[in-house]
Amino acid sequence: MSIDATKKALFNFAIKHADDRLILGHRLAEWCSTAPILEEDIAMSNIALDLLGQSVLFLKYAAELENSNRTEDDLAYLRTEKEFRNALLCEQNTDDFAYAIARQFFFDVYDYFLMEALSKSTDEQIRGIAEKSVKEAKYHLRHSSEWMLRLGDGTEESHKRIAEAVEFLWMYTGELCETDADDELLKSEGIIPDLSGLKAKWYESVSQLLAKATLEVPSIDLFMQSGGRKGYHTENLGHILSDMQYLRRLYPDAKW
Amino acid sequence: MSNDTQWKLWEVFIQLKTGKPHEHVGNVHAPDAELAIQNARDVYARRDKPVSIWVTPSELITATAPQDNEAFFDSIDDKVYRHPQFYKIPKGVNVDVH
Repeated sequence: MSIDATKKALFNFAIKHADDRLILGHRLAEWCSTAPILEEDIAMSNIALDLLGQSVLFLKYAAELENSNRTEDDLAYLRTEKEFRNALLCEQNTDDFAYAIARQFFFDVYDYFLMEALSKSTDEQIRGIAEKSVKEAKYHLRHSSEWMLRLGDGTEESHKRIAEAVEFLWMYTGELCETDADDELLKSEGIIPDLSGLKAKWYESVSQLLAKATLEVPSIDLFMQSGGRKGYHTENLGHILSDMQYLRRLYPDAKW
Repeated sequence: MSNDTQWKLWEVFIQLKTGKPHEHVGNVHAPDAELAIQNARDVYARRDKPVSIWVTPSELITATAPQDNEAFFDSIDDKVYRHPQFYKIPKGVNVDVH
């Protein structure tokens, strides 16, 4: 395989993992000042910042690989909807706390296993990002897991809402552990480990916790939405981008 | 407080270095101990890197009442000989004076 093809695959790889974190981080940051209590408000903002931080690292690396004068900011603020590669789960809108927690929990389980696997990458940058992120992911997972348990096994109302959230968001979880041609190529070049085992690990972890939280465990074989990794998004992403990219597009040279 | 509709209050103590005391940094609301630890971590350990966090329900702390201050504390000022500075500290002895 030529160097260029490998570089291109690494670029795509960095972009999709950056986008998951950028978009989910943005979604989570929307809870700033509206979380149920002050402490949770800070917790959600902290996690949002962790995700944005990880996103910056991936985007910087993508910019470096591309080597065409685009910076990480250009990649974040000047790409269009179809150029974003985040999983659909990350962009889902939640104005109910239970939905935000379920979305986060599904992602955190995936994030933890992914970063754990990527800590064994032979690419120095990917490995560095993963080693830093796996520690953060472990805390994020602990945070969302504790909330899943308390909402599921809490009051009748909290149980009802988290059960609805799990049911609604379930169809967006299949895409998280999908692997694509870039993953295959990077695996065959020995750059990243085999990620095909993530799905089973994810489902096992998620099932265990859902059961503990007295929630029904949906089948992994249900119909799953997919498309985010190819640039086909739900209408949510357009709204996020118009919000997130507004300032940069309106005042391209704005400094602060 | 009867009009406090939030969760139970917890006092937070943070240790910044092994061997140093856990110091009180403030309080958080949380429904139980595990979430109190998490909230303490998110609210009070965002910038410094602690080695340990303690939380305890605020209601378990028994405190002196302000009206007792005179009887409890005022006479302390009269007893300078209780201060370690009153004695000559031998050379080479490292004392943390509070």
